[in-house]
Amino acid sequence: MVEIDGLSKLLKEHPFFADWSDDYRDLLAGCAANHRFDANDYIAREGQPADKFFLVRHGTVVLEYPVPGREPVLLETLHEGGVFGWSWMIAPYRWAFDARATELVRAVSMDATCLRGKCDADHTLGYELFRQFIPIMARRLEATRLRLLDVYGSTR
Amino acid sequence: MPPPDTPVVPSPTPTPALRLDAGRLPHLLAVLTADGRELIGPVVSGGAIVYGPITGADDLPKGLVDDQAPGRYRLVAGESGTYFDHVATANSWKTFLFPPEQKICDIAHADGALTVTAPPVDAPARAFIGVRACDLRAMGILGKVFDNGDFADPAYAARRRNALIVAVNCGRAGGTCFCTSMGTGPKADGGYDLALTEVPAGGDGAPAYFTLVAGSDAGRRILDRLDLNRATAAEVETAAARVAACADSMGREMIADAAEMLGDNLDSPHWQTVAERCLNCANCTMACPTCFCSTVEDVTDLTGDNAERWRKWDSCFTLDHSYMHGGSLRRSGAARYRQWITHKLAHWHDQFGTSGCTGCGRCITWCPVGIDITEEARAVRDRAAGT
Amino acid sequence: MTATAENRAAAVAPADPMVPRPFRIVRRQRELSDTFTMELTAEDGQPFDFRPGQFNMLYAFGAGVSAISISGEKSSGRLLHTVRAVGTVTDRLQALRKGDVVGLRGPFGRPWPVDRARRRDVLIIAGGIGLAPLRPAIHHVLANRGDYGRVLILYGARTPDDILFPKDLKAWRSRFDVFVDVTVDRAAPGWAGKIGVVPDLIERAAFSAEDATAMVCGPEVMMLFTVRALLRAGMAEEDVYVSMERNMKCAVGFCGHCQFGGRFVCKDGPVFAYTDIAHHMTVREL
Repeated sequence: MVEIDGLSKLLKEHPFFADWSDDYRDLLAGCAANHRFDANDYIAREGQPADKFFLVRHGTVVLEYPVPGREPVLLETLHEGGVFGWSWMIAPYRWAFDARATELVRAVSMDATCLRGKCDADHTLGYELFRQFIPIMARRLEATRLRLLDVYGSTR
Repeated sequence: MPPPDTPVVPSPTPTPALRLDAGRLPHLLAVLTADGRELIGPVVSGGAIVYGPITGADDLPKGLVDDQAPGRYRLVAGESGTYFDHVATANSWKTFLFPPEQKICDIAHADGALTVTAPPVDAPARAFIGVRACDLRAMGILGKVFDNGDFADPAYAARRRNALIVAVNCGRAGGTCFCTSMGTGPKADGGYDLALTEVPAGGDGAPAYFTLVAGSDAGRRILDRLDLNRATAAEVETAAARVAACADSMGREMIADAAEMLGDNLDSPHWQTVAERCLNCANCTMACPTCFCSTVEDVTDLTGDNAERWRKWDSCFTLDHSYMHGGSLRRSGAARYRQWITHKLAHWHDQFGTSGCTGCGRCITWCPVGIDITEEARAVRDRAAGT
Repeated sequence: MTATAENRAAAVAPADPMVPRPFRIVRRQRELSDTFTMELTAEDGQPFDFRPGQFNMLYAFGAGVSAISISGEKSSGRLLHTVRAVGTVTDRLQALRKGDVVGLRGPFGRPWPVDRARRRDVLIIAGGIGLAPLRPAIHHVLANRGDYGRVLILYGARTPDDILFPKDLKAWRSRFDVFVDVTVDRAAPGWAGKIGVVPDLIERAAFSAEDATAMVCGPEVMMLFTVRALLRAGMAEEDVYVSMERNMKCAVGFCGHCQFGGRFVCKDGPVFAYTDIAHHMTVREL
């Protein structure tokens, strides 16, 4: 229980779980694990099973996409307070990009099998989790669209 | 905060009306000429009545009237042999107050320096003969545009200051006129030096005459030199009745809530409907007495060492008008028509505390496809109301 | 220039706001591949005063004029314009060198609300070349640092190579009393900074939303997204200021080109409180 209490505290400190009820947070702490990554460690690899999502507590994670014969394309960076990985919600549950630490990164992972089990057992919990994720996904999509607009590009 | 609507011209206290026999109109014009004023008045040119230089009453389009309708203009013989029963001219006074082309400066490039030389202000002493109430209002409006509280155009101010205004109260409504609904006419209510009301010869053999009032000291000084008698009460009444009949016979009107309604309907589907007819020819903006858009062009000589900067009339119907690096903002005809009509009828209030429209009807007459600003405003309103 | 010509011009010019004055380029510096900064001094020796956010109409001989914001620098008395070559006139300006002369009219326009922002947190948010018109505001705020609450400079550019004024950003970042955050739309491996958009920076920035003034300048779309993020963060529309851009020929309200609804961008702007123009920002082709 000591470990779960510690993880529950870490979850509470992260914006993603800040507004959750203690009961649910404690419940989900059972799916959580603490991580530390060094610079250039890969946290996730495109195509590999997406068995978790991550809450960044410290440091910078770059999401990148490997391109054969070229340097990887850097997609975006995530920072303290950020969340990444929703492939765990979508079959066939595989990572859609590489995630690499660009410096010392501290993060909490949430185990997908564990989460899915808890959500299946308690649909209200599942609803809360999705309600938390969808705005983040929407914001990320909006930012992607803004970049797609290439607003700073030359007009000629 | 938009400024509150304010009167464009002060309302003077005119002098009591005098009577000027129609046959003595040349005498009035001669007095003005004797003061060294160039006379600008209505003349026939290119099949239309326009304002242009005149030398005397013989140049005036006596006996002619204009048959105006959407997209239509014809000169025809009038019934009463009057000087001024035509209505809005093809051009407007802005041609003389805000010329279509004005040189801003010469710029010489030599020895690594630029020498900028502004020409002297070209503001001849003039008398404007036959200025209608709608066009007086237009002058007041342009006066606000070119002295907007932040900046003043000294050339416009000088030309306006040096023009003596001889107004004419309208005795006949044209087919595209709607000044009554704009509150601008047909009677001049200020901003003139002299104002005439023409009364044609009566069927009983009574001769034609004008009633004449002064609206300024300059106007009074001219009246003093004309040695005229006071008009009788009956003469004054006859003249006033003619102007009142003109107002009553005006067949066209602008909806009362155009300003607010258009400002609220920038996304109206009706813009697309107008765009299907509008040719984007810019005629309306050229004919309009208040449209003031201009561009500036550089003209260099063959040596490349001397440039002239010219300010020229421009129109919001051109793609270049809204050009920014990369392209034009108002790419569709719908957006350009909307810009014109919403500026004229709605946003002008925000900018200058008055409508930009005087009800002169020129934009209706001179539109090649007969688009009618009053009808379009009504159509936007009706579309919004779902009727 | 001959003395007589100069006197003749001077006798007429001040009255007509459409007549330019000659200014000499005393320094020229390349900023980016298509962007450069010119320092100008008046040929007639008159000092030039302006307020942060104002712009001038710069005239390139034989080509025409372009509205260019003043990018600095009041404290030192240097008059700087940072120009991106995007058209005929700005191309011609780009070809000019130190010692060449341009025509100038100005300063024009309403400034950034550096006075209204006093005692409040200040967010200076720029995208692309939008940092140039904000630099005088940054100078002002930093020169009067004690008058303001937290000061945040948030900047977005296309790529790391497109970051304007990198030395300034570094200098501001090195201060302990300013928070500077920079992000780029895209980057190659090796870029250690952020990749993302300006609204992301706002989400992570620490400021007191109900007691802050934001000054935003960048491409119109970037400003729209940025304002939405500021409003989401709890700011009021009247505390958010944006700098608009439209075609300008005269800069004094005479030519009609820069109309934006009922406003002239040249003299009612270019800096507007967002609340005053919000209802027109999303009207197409206005």
